[in-house]
Amino acid sequence: MLKKTIVLAALATVAAAGAAEARDQIRFVGSSTVYPFTTTVAENFGKTTGNKTPIVESTGTGGGMKLFCAGVGTEHPDFTNASRRMKASELETCQKNGVQDVTEIKVGYDGIVVANDKAAPEMAISRKQLYLALAKQVPVDGKIVANPYASWNEIDASLPNEKIEVLGPPPTSGTRDAFVELVMEVGCEAALKEQKVELGKDEMKAVCQQVREDGAYVEAGENDNLIVQKLQANPNAFGIFGYSFLDQNSGALKGAKVDGEVPTYEAIASGAYPVSRSLYVYAKNAHVGTIPGMKEFIAEYTSPRAWSADGYLADKGLIAMPDAEREKVAQAANSLQPITMEQLKASH
Amino acid sequence: MAPNTPNAYDPAAAVAAEGRTVNRNIAEIVNSGLAARYRAERRFKVYGVVAIGVALAMLATLFVTIFAQGWTAFTTTVIELPVTVEREMVANAQGEVTTDSLAYANFAVPMRKALEAQFPDVTGRSDKRDLYAILSDGATYRLQNMIRENPELVGREILLEAPVAADFDLLAKGQVDTSVPETERRLNDNQVAWFQTLQERDLVDSQFNTILFTNGDSRQPELAGIWGAVVGSFYTLLVTLALSFPIGVAAAVYLEEFAPKNKWTDLIEVNINNLAAVPSIVFGLLGLAVFLQVFGLPRSAPLVGGLVLTLMTLPTIIIASRAALKSVPPSIREAALGVGASKLQMITHHVLPLAMPGMLTGTIIGMAQALGETAPLLMIGMVAFVVDIPGGPMDPATVLPVQIFLWADSPERAFVARTSAAIMVLLAFLVVMNALAVILRKKFERRW
Repeated sequence: MLKKTIVLAALATVAAAGAAEARDQIRFVGSSTVYPFTTTVAENFGKTTGNKTPIVESTGTGGGMKLFCAGVGTEHPDFTNASRRMKASELETCQKNGVQDVTEIKVGYDGIVVANDKAAPEMAISRKQLYLALAKQVPVDGKIVANPYASWNEIDASLPNEKIEVLGPPPTSGTRDAFVELVMEVGCEAALKEQKVELGKDEMKAVCQQVREDGAYVEAGENDNLIVQKLQANPNAFGIFGYSFLDQNSGALKGAKVDGEVPTYEAIASGAYPVSRSLYVYAKNAHVGTIPGMKEFIAEYTSPRAWSADGYLADKGLIAMPDAEREKVAQAANSLQPITMEQLKASH
Repeated sequence: MAPNTPNAYDPAAAVAAEGRTVNRNIAEIVNSGLAARYRAERRFKVYGVVAIGVALAMLATLFVTIFAQGWTAFTTTVIELPVTVEREMVANAQGEVTTDSLAYANFAVPMRKALEAQFPDVTGRSDKRDLYAILSDGATYRLQNMIRENPELVGREILLEAPVAADFDLLAKGQVDTSVPETERRLNDNQVAWFQTLQERDLVDSQFNTILFTNGDSRQPELAGIWGAVVGSFYTLLVTLALSFPIGVAAAVYLEEFAPKNKWTDLIEVNINNLAAVPSIVFGLLGLAVFLQVFGLPRSAPLVGGLVLTLMTLPTIIIASRAALKSVPPSIREAALGVGASKLQMITHHVLPLAMPGMLTGTIIGMAQALGETAPLLMIGMVAFVVDIPGGPMDPATVLPVQIFLWADSPERAFVARTSAAIMVLLAFLVVMNALAVILRKKFERRW
């Protein structure tokens, strides 16, 4: 008897589900780097405005773009988080699927730090030296060879006489993409120039973007917390992760100087620290008015109590933009000014 | 050939020699090899013991690390402050206290005033901000709820017990190293001193962490709980059980009792066995393609999670149920048919009741697998930040293992302990389910 009831109940739910009802809750997808910030805003939004708390999925920037651009309608998400700017090709996909107008909200900056245990000696390193330590192939005496460096002082006498051991994110991670773009490629160009090596485009890509696989660089998974714990256990190792993790663990870890700059909140905010990227949120204009609370949510995200230098997002490690830029972004975002193809192309 | 190895014995040569010497030779040969054979056996036993020892040591390391990291999350630090909510603070323009005026009142103000009253000498703006940091947002919500439930408390002094912010909770638990320079930790010297003063005044207390078991997810570690995920897991498993058990048992009964033995049923059998070995993420992709895109079911819903996990557990249940049916002796079937029962009566009255304990065991083990699964849920949007407790299988929800994954990836240090605590809860559920399977088997299983 009981079994019969359960089966009937199950069938009833499946049948009811077929008629998908209108959604009254904002849905987010996208980057795991922006996830901690957007969820904080979502929670505050839900608790203070009486709207339902938005659902925030962590799918990665690329996966988020795909879902976001899949179409207009309640089955598609309203916002996506991105730890890089939307690509022109992604906007094209969006528009092909009917998502005509997309509002871009730049929410702040995130620094990528190279850090080690508090007890270990301090490190000052240039991007060129980081590249030489971590690339699969490097230029030596004018020729491209497999990376021969085993300890830091082989690269430069000013660096410590320790084995190169760096824990960092895997290729699927947005942090890894940003690290390759902001550190490896810049360092690579400097190294090639110094050695006077000229390379074709494809060769350049292979030499500049590939990270060594001989054990000196350890892919520690997407979990930055794991890297933090491993660094505490092994003072000789360095870790690569987002600034918010250094901020939360400032009692146990310290960031290395990169190109002479210590990764502090101020240095990243002013742009003096070289390894930083912008974080974005994209909104689907067509959903405004259909999904309740979208405008209010944008207003909350761009309010000073959230994203200013002493707002609650700064507490979570987000690096605030300067006042003037924040004002500009807030104005464009709140008036739902759609982004154009030209703007996206100009940034690439 | 070496004379001391047992197989050095050559029967042809032995027969050629005299009878008595042959006997002595065999005994000698056996005796000389005996020590080596015993040694080999002892070595083999040692390998076995070492293998079990390694497995146990790993299990022990797992449990010890999880417990050592997680036990602190089961207590939380609360602060007890006398708070007075003034009438003018919560009243509307007409001076009345209504539900609406309570919803829009800023309850952080009375909380802050209560804290300031403890430290009248803190005056500067930034110092005050540092002081307010002791209070969690949860304190404000708690005060608001108290007043909402009982508006008569307005204007009176109430003793409010509220959680402190996660950083101070860690400080109270001795997990903040105050010997490092002030700039290198999240709490400055003033904050540490204030908190110690509160402790000396006996306003700070350690309690069992009920929030962990009653709240949904939160970005504030001190307010984050697993209840939302537990409810999500419950709805997901309910859907899984309601679908996979009847379908699995029906499939097993048909294949075992009715189906003719031909190449089609062979093919089906091979495919069911193969299905059991398919990586679970594949079922997630299938769920995305079929349930979300074709049927238009909502993302993140336990219903879809349950459907996907049904596909995953079906092979387990079918295989276990068929084994249970096979173990019912044919004599029972023949006896039932012999006294005139129809085939359906034979199955429902005699075979199924006897096979049921085995089927239930298989089902529970399948459910335990489904409870621990995250990969297929990633594709259908259940890896998400969900604050509200789901009210049914159509509401957005997440499940326990996903909650563990999300917390493990959070930068806040206080989430490290909470992650381990959530793992302990998940393990407890799994142990209970597996124990249930063992008890069922022990109690009802019959041997012939």
